[in-house]
Amino acid sequence: MPSETPHIRHIVNDPTLSSAQKARALSLEAENSLPYPALDRETQDALEARLICDMYEGHAPYKPRYVLPDYGVVLKNGSEWLELPVPQTLDEAIHTLMIAYHHVPSVTAMPVYIGQLDDLLLPFCDGVTDADLYQQIKLFWRYLDRVLPDAFMHANIGPTDNRVARTILRVDAELKQIAPNLTFLYDPKISSDEILQMAASNITKCSKPHIANHPLHDEVFGERGYGIVSCYNALPLEGGASTLTRVNLAKVAKLSDDVEDFLTNKLPYYVDLNFRLTEARIDYLFNQSGFFDSFLVTEGWLDETRFTAMFGIFAMAEAVNELQDKIGATGRYGHDAQANALGYKISALLDGLVSKRPMKNVWKGRAMLHSQAGLSTDTGFTPGVRIPYGTEPDPVTHVLALAPHHQYYGSGVSEILTLDETIKPNPEAVTDLCKGAFAKGFREFTANVGGNDLVRVTGYMIRLSDVAQFHAEQGSRTNTTALGAEASKQTLILQRKPRVVANELLAGTNQ
Amino acid sequence: MSSLQAQISKILTWSCVDGPGNRIVLFLQGCNFNCITCHNPHTIGRCNDCGDCIADCPTDALTLEGGKIRFDPALCTHCDACLVACPINANPMVQTYSVHDILALLGKHKDFVSGITVSGGEATMQLPFIKALFTEMGRDPALAHLTRFIDTNGYLGAAAWTTVLEVTDGVMLDIKAFDRDTHRRLTGRDNARVLDSARMLHTAGKLYELRYLMVPSQTDTAGEIESLMAFTQSLEGPVRVRLNAFRTHGVRGEAAAWPAMEREQVEAAARALAEESTGPVILPALW
Repeated sequence: MPSETPHIRHIVNDPTLSSAQKARALSLEAENSLPYPALDRETQDALEARLICDMYEGHAPYKPRYVLPDYGVVLKNGSEWLELPVPQTLDEAIHTLMIAYHHVPSVTAMPVYIGQLDDLLLPFCDGVTDADLYQQIKLFWRYLDRVLPDAFMHANIGPTDNRVARTILRVDAELKQIAPNLTFLYDPKISSDEILQMAASNITKCSKPHIANHPLHDEVFGERGYGIVSCYNALPLEGGASTLTRVNLAKVAKLSDDVEDFLTNKLPYYVDLNFRLTEARIDYLFNQSGFFDSFLVTEGWLDETRFTAMFGIFAMAEAVNELQDKIGATGRYGHDAQANALGYKISALLDGLVSKRPMKNVWKGRAMLHSQAGLSTDTGFTPGVRIPYGTEPDPVTHVLALAPHHQYYGSGVSEILTLDETIKPNPEAVTDLCKGAFAKGFREFTANVGGNDLVRVTGYMIRLSDVAQFHAEQGSRTNTTALGAEASKQTLILQRKPRVVANELLAGTNQ
Repeated sequence: MSSLQAQISKILTWSCVDGPGNRIVLFLQGCNFNCITCHNPHTIGRCNDCGDCIADCPTDALTLEGGKIRFDPALCTHCDACLVACPINANPMVQTYSVHDILALLGKHKDFVSGITVSGGEATMQLPFIKALFTEMGRDPALAHLTRFIDTNGYLGAAAWTTVLEVTDGVMLDIKAFDRDTHRRLTGRDNARVLDSARMLHTAGKLYELRYLMVPSQTDTAGEIESLMAFTQSLEGPVRVRLNAFRTHGVRGEAAAWPAMEREQVEAAARALAEESTGPVILPALW
């Protein structure tokens, strides 16, 4: 019996959403009309109070949150299910990938991972001229942005210096598109200084690529590899992450009597509840959804044993400051040694709790800790272990304050360093900062350069001009602009203070 | 290890506008020019312990002890009220650092930087400190890869330059004006030694960058730009020129009321310079 449901009607009639965006929102409504996987009372209460959070992924997990297929399989074998022959040329290889992407689900219903593109395409490049390669990549890039307009979609290149990686960097800087997002895997023993410099130069032009500390990730994931996807999540290749759940550290701190109560009682308790939430969701995905019967698994693009569970945390800054208040200490997170040390202690405790807990249907039987980059609705809570917007110290102090956290967050810790646009003529300074950050243990390096239209919000890219246009109620072609617009209005993301670099010595000073 | 000390107004561990890459920058206190267009006039004078700033400090970070100003960095909120109060363009927050202190700082930050730049004020007024610091850096295997730069007004004499060039990798030199009267009016000094220094440093292969400040109606005239072009042409081999645009940020006195330099004219001068093919021309990153 049809009945009038105002919030569904609102989606259908929303002039700022495209038909595809409406269809996606409506499918979520349908999923959420089902009952949630069974949770015990305590877990249910904590979820409703948002002390723990399921990222609003939906009531019936029928696909893993992040899927990282080995596209090498379809390039090598073709696909019986998709009736694809084995590609022989570069055109055919790119065309095969373009088809493959449409069959890879994720939380956004678009692929979050489009492959280690240089490894995938190099075998098809023999005899292809530089001009042809450039043209093919450029068309490929245009296709990706226009047909899969989602900034969570992520391409990887590196750590070798090769012509496909160089061409991708060249095209990416020229087109300055939101999609795809891009990570360069850097290994000082393998990558050339020239390609790192090229990546740094691109950062000053379009705030991409993100640079990953390859030796650290390699140590975690080993021979079968990994990919960096979405908001800088490091996940097993041929698998991915079934779920991402997270604990709001600030809310847990608020409930605690003091530091001792937080560390010994409250935090372990809510970590346990978050595990129960994760288990219920993974159980549904593996035992009821039927996802792992898909051709992606039977043809070997995916291996169901290679899906991890991402154990997220956020609002470390507010948690530490709250606990500091409770003991009458004035030092603030990110600026004060004692406050920072309390943060490191919390990260170490989380690492211990997460690595001790056995998990079923999870890669290596353990969840992976993740410094979660935020949701658009996170008003008043700083992403992951970041320093609050607008209060960040200079980039070097910033890195030194956060580096000790990075060892604990194997599935990713996204930090954004905001650089003043005076850095544009001096990309070597970006390289210096990146190398320094990696030497201090940073797993990944992400920078926003002030004055760029294209900027990173919690981990995805938006165009500032798109946000302005969206606020003018004109709608936007890309999915992430809607999220970015919500985030920029509700939280303080666009107030992230551009670092005034060498304030006294802006161009034209020091006369 | 040298026990030499320097009076330092400020230290930055992050700067991308003081030479190639990220650099640690030391702003040495005191200057032998008195530029009316100076953006950091508080770096010109040397504190004479008059105590006029003490009452203006809202957090009692400044006190007078035994006739000397004492500054407590832990209490300072960086409001800079003392700089405004100072009657002689000095800075009571200046700290004394030894060569050893700076080497320790470099050790902590070496992974993040391409090198160090000593700036000011006029850095070369504390030349023995610079020489000692740069020499020690070269001797320390952990720091020897870092480049050592001096940012200068060029007033230092040729003989003094030769004592430090061996341990210096690059110099950034400001030319304030080519016309001698204009230069004297803007800086209080003659420019002959500045131009000599530029020539000598270029010949020695140490002139990393020539900097020229365009001030409306003062140093942006056709005659001045032609002199700049003639000067760069007279140097053998390419020279990197940075055109800076005057703005009033931080400026005190009459120049604070002067108009800011317009982008169009700076870009026109850059185009004219570029046509001479005497080397790269760098423009301001911000307008």
